[in-house]
Amino acid sequence: MKLSTLLTGAAVALAMATGAMAQDKTKVGFVYVGPVGDGGWTYEHDQGRKAVEAEFGDAVETVYVENVAEGPDAERVMTQMALNGADLIFTTSFGFMDPTINVAAKFPDVKFEHATGYKRADNVSTYSARFYEGRAIQGHIAGKMTQSNIIGYIASYPIPEVIRGINSAFLHARKVNPDVEFKIIWAYTWFDPAKEADAAKALIEQGADVILQHTDSTAPQAAAAEAEGVITFGQASDMAEYAPLPRVSSIIDDWAPYYIARTRAVMDGTWVSTDTWDGIGPGMVAIGEISDAVPADVKAEALAMKAAIGSGAYHPFTGPINKQDGSAWLAEGEVADDGTLAGMNFYVEGLEGDIPG
Amino acid sequence: MIVLEKRPEPSRGWSLATPVVAVVATMIFGGIVFGLLGTNPVAAIATIFWEPLFGEFAFYYRPQLLVKGAPLVLIAIGLSLGFRAGIWNIGAEGQYIVGALSGAAIGLAFYPAEGWYIFPLMVAGGALGGWAWAMIPGLLKVRFGTNEILVSLMLVYVAEQLLASMSLGLLKNPEGFGFPGSRNLQQYPSAHNAELIAGTGMHWGVATAMIAVILAYVLLNRHMLGYQIRLTGEAPRAARFAGVRPGRLILFCLGVSGALAGLAGLFEVSGPAGQVSIDFNVGYGFTAIIVAFLGRLHPVGILLAGLLMALTYIGGEIAQSSLGLPASAIQVFQGMLLFFLLALDVLTNYRIRLVQRERS
Repeated sequence: MKLSTLLTGAAVALAMATGAMAQDKTKVGFVYVGPVGDGGWTYEHDQGRKAVEAEFGDAVETVYVENVAEGPDAERVMTQMALNGADLIFTTSFGFMDPTINVAAKFPDVKFEHATGYKRADNVSTYSARFYEGRAIQGHIAGKMTQSNIIGYIASYPIPEVIRGINSAFLHARKVNPDVEFKIIWAYTWFDPAKEADAAKALIEQGADVILQHTDSTAPQAAAAEAEGVITFGQASDMAEYAPLPRVSSIIDDWAPYYIARTRAVMDGTWVSTDTWDGIGPGMVAIGEISDAVPADVKAEALAMKAAIGSGAYHPFTGPINKQDGSAWLAEGEVADDGTLAGMNFYVEGLEGDIPG
Repeated sequence: MIVLEKRPEPSRGWSLATPVVAVVATMIFGGIVFGLLGTNPVAAIATIFWEPLFGEFAFYYRPQLLVKGAPLVLIAIGLSLGFRAGIWNIGAEGQYIVGALSGAAIGLAFYPAEGWYIFPLMVAGGALGGWAWAMIPGLLKVRFGTNEILVSLMLVYVAEQLLASMSLGLLKNPEGFGFPGSRNLQQYPSAHNAELIAGTGMHWGVATAMIAVILAYVLLNRHMLGYQIRLTGEAPRAARFAGVRPGRLILFCLGVSGALAGLAGLFEVSGPAGQVSIDFNVGYGFTAIIVAFLGRLHPVGILLAGLLMALTYIGGEIAQSSLGLPASAIQVFQGMLLFFLLALDVLTNYRIRLVQRERS
C-alpha cells in the first residue's frame, strides 16, 4: 500500500513536472516551401529560426518541416504542428495562404504568421519585406557598371512582388544610364538550378553583362562566373561565395529580428494580429557587402541611397513616373502608396515586352 | 558459385511475398540511414508507421490517409490496366493537371450561381479533360506509331505550363489583388468537393477510388476486355490471333487511365487543394506509377499500396517535425521501397542456386 501511494505520488509529480515544462517552453513551428539548404529564400528563414533558438535558449523549442508542397500537404503539416502543441507557426510561402487561414480557424489559440500573403484573421498575421528597396540600389549599381547597356533579369512568376522589383531596378538603372535596356526571362519557378542556369546563359548570350535574379538558387551566379565580365547580385541570401566577382552585392532577407520579436510577443502574451511590411530601415532587408569590383564612387552613391531609403528620406517610387503605356502614374514628387505597390501589375515607362498572364 | 536460374514460370509465392519483403528490407536499411543521421532508428520507424495509425492524434491522421491515398489509388488503377497490356502511360501527372483545370474551369464559369448540377458537370469535365490529354499520345501511337512513353511524359511539361498560364491569367481570382491562383472552390458550396461525413476524410474522390478498385477487379477477372488486356501483356502474338485489335486496346487503356487521372485532379482541386495554383500538382501522377507496381498491378494490391505510400508521406512529415529528420532522408526512404521491390522482383522470375564448381 505504501509503495502504491508512493508510486501514485511520483506519477502525479512527474505529470505535473512535465505539464509545467510543456507550459514553460514556447513551441515555434516553421513550414518551409524549399529545402533549408537552398542557399536563398528558405535558408534565410531557417537562419531566422536558429536566431530564435539562440535568443531564447531553453525557453523555446523550434520545429520545422521543409519541402512542403502548397495545398493540402501544407495544411496537414500545420495541423500536425498545432496538434503537437505549437504556440506560434510561421508559414513562409505565398502558396501557404489559404491553408494557413483554414488551419488557423480550427486552432484559435495558436498564433500564425504568414509570409507575403494578404489574408489575415484574429490569430493570423502577415509579414513581408520591401525587397524593392534593395532593388533600387541594385539598379543603380547595375546601370553604372554595365558596358553593353543590356541588363538581364531572371524573373520567377509575374506576381506583384516580382514586377515591383523589376520596376524598381529599372527606374534606378535608367536614372543613371539613359541607354540601359532590360531583358527579362520568366522562369516560372522559385527554385530550379537547371532552369535558372539556362536563363542566365541565354541572357548572357543576348549581350547582358549584368544578371539580376528573383529566383532562389546560386545557379545564375555560377553561370555568370563562367562567362567573362558579367556581374551578379545575391538574392534572398548573401551568396558571398561568389564575391567579389561575379557577385558585387546582394539583397538579404533578414527575418531574425522579426521572428524574435514575434516569439517574444507570444511569450509575453502581447501578440496581436498585424500586417508588417518592413524594409531597410527596420533591418528586414539588408544590402550585402558591396565588393571592390564596384568603383569607389559608385559604392559611395549606393551606400548613400541605402541610408536615404533607410531613414525614410527617399522612396524608390517617387514621381514623376509614367506607366509603360505612357500614361501618368506619379506626379513630380509624389510617392507611391502601399496599396498600389502591393498589387502592382504594370510595367513603368521604358520597359519593353508584356507581363505574361 | 551463385547463379540465377530462370524459373519455368514466375513464382506465385514470391510474387506475393516481394512487396512484404521489400517493406521489411526498407525498414531495416532505412533504419540504418536514420541511425547514421543520429536519430534513434526504432523511434523513427515507429513514428513513420505507428504514429499516424495508432498515435495520440490518429483521429486526425487516419482520415488524412484517405485524402492522401485516394488520388494515388485512382490514378494507379487506371495506369495498371495499360501497364498490364504493355501500354506505358507515364504522363498521368499531366492528365491530372488538365482534368483539374477543365473541371475547375467549369465550376468557376458558373460562379457565383448555386445549383446541384454544377458539381456533376465539373466531374464530367475533369474526366473528359484527362481523357482528352491522354488521347494525344494514344492517337499519335495508333496513327503514326509514336512512342507513348515519350509523348505522354513530354505532355506533363506542357500541362505544367498550361497550369501556370491559367493560374496567372484566365482562371486567376479577380479579387486576388493580382496574385496568382483561382478563387477557392472550398468557399463555393456548389463546386466544393466537401467531406461526405465530417471528420472522416471521405470525399467524392475517395468514394470514386473505391469504386474504381471494384470495377477494375471485375473488368480484369470477369470481362472479355480484361482478358484481352492480360493476354496482350503476356502473349502479344497470341492476343492478335485471338482477335484483339491493338489500336482499340491502346486507346481504351490510355483513355481510361487519362480519365481517372483527370478525375483525381478534379476531386483534388475542388476539395483538399481548393484552388488552381501554379504549384497545384505535387507528383501524384508519378508516385502512382510506384503505387501501381508496388500493388503488383492488381486492384486490391494497389489499394493497399496506395495507403502504404500515404502512410510513409504522413509518417515522414511527423518524423521531420518531431524528430528533426531532413526531408531528403524521408525521400531516400521512399525511394528504397521501390528499389527493393524491383530488386527482389528478380526472385519472381529467377531462382538463386548455389552450384558447386565441377572438379577439373
